[in-house]
Amino acid sequence: MCLVARHLEAHGIPTLVLGSAFDIISAGAPPRAVFLDYPLGHSAGKPQDPADQDAVLRAALTAFDKLSVPGDLVTLSNVWGDNAWREEAGSTEARDTRQPRDETPQWQLPEDRDAALAAGLTV
Amino acid sequence: MTVNYMDAIRQRYEKLGYTPYRWFQADSPPPWQPLSRPLADSRLGLLSTSGAYALGQRAYHYKDDTSIRAIPAATPVGALRFSHITENYLIDPKRDPNCIFPLETLRRQVAAGRVGALTEDLFSCMGGVYSQRRIREETAPAVLEAFREQAVDAALLVAM
Repeated sequence: MCLVARHLEAHGIPTLVLGSAFDIISAGAPPRAVFLDYPLGHSAGKPQDPADQDAVLRAALTAFDKLSVPGDLVTLSNVWGDNAWREEAGSTEARDTRQPRDETPQWQLPEDRDAALAAGLTV
Repeated sequence: MTVNYMDAIRQRYEKLGYTPYRWFQADSPPPWQPLSRPLADSRLGLLSTSGAYALGQRAYHYKDDTSIRAIPAATPVGALRFSHITENYLIDPKRDPNCIFPLETLRRQVAAGRVGALTEDLFSCMGGVYSQRRIREETAPAVLEAFREQAVDAALLVAM
């Protein structure tokens, strides 16, 4: 994401990266960043929690308006709650949670393929 | 303590005998483009690296898929889907896409006057691509062109 942010910014589009992996974002040095200390997959807030999602987006947009130093990173104060996810996320056990590197479309639901075909895609 | 993903994943793959994943490490200060106007008066674009697609569109594949999807901002949230090489992070987004593709959240920000307008199309791509060269040469230029076509004033990039 940071590569894309820097490319956009260098070509005249102001960007803000909102993310939940502090080390990965920091390494990529995007122009503006907001860090939310939640498990990956929740950079825009907790599921089924519009109040939390609103708070995250409000804070991110406020930072976007205000940040004026290239490379600034704002850490949000939102707290996920239960800390059990950190152990799993930071585990160093020999384990690969990625999917096999398959080159065919990986539909979330089988019927998504039918919808794409009905929309005229050849898949 | 924040999770140290890069170190943890490096150790995991090393134990499996895999070559390390190479995250992008910046070697120069970031470029800078000031906002031309406050967000309350801006057309805001969105890019989410979550592998989001709309019902009727092609899903992403898992092997360095560098393509992007244009998802109309008027898409019902129930028609959002995801495909991503790290499906394990998408359990909650599949129940509530707003936690990684903040479609309804951004609509509320527009309604509240904090954002001028959303662009007609919002965008996604898939993270976890192994080739930085292909991100530079394929994904980043495609996103730039897409945002330019949408006449964005500013872009929110939600990382997964």
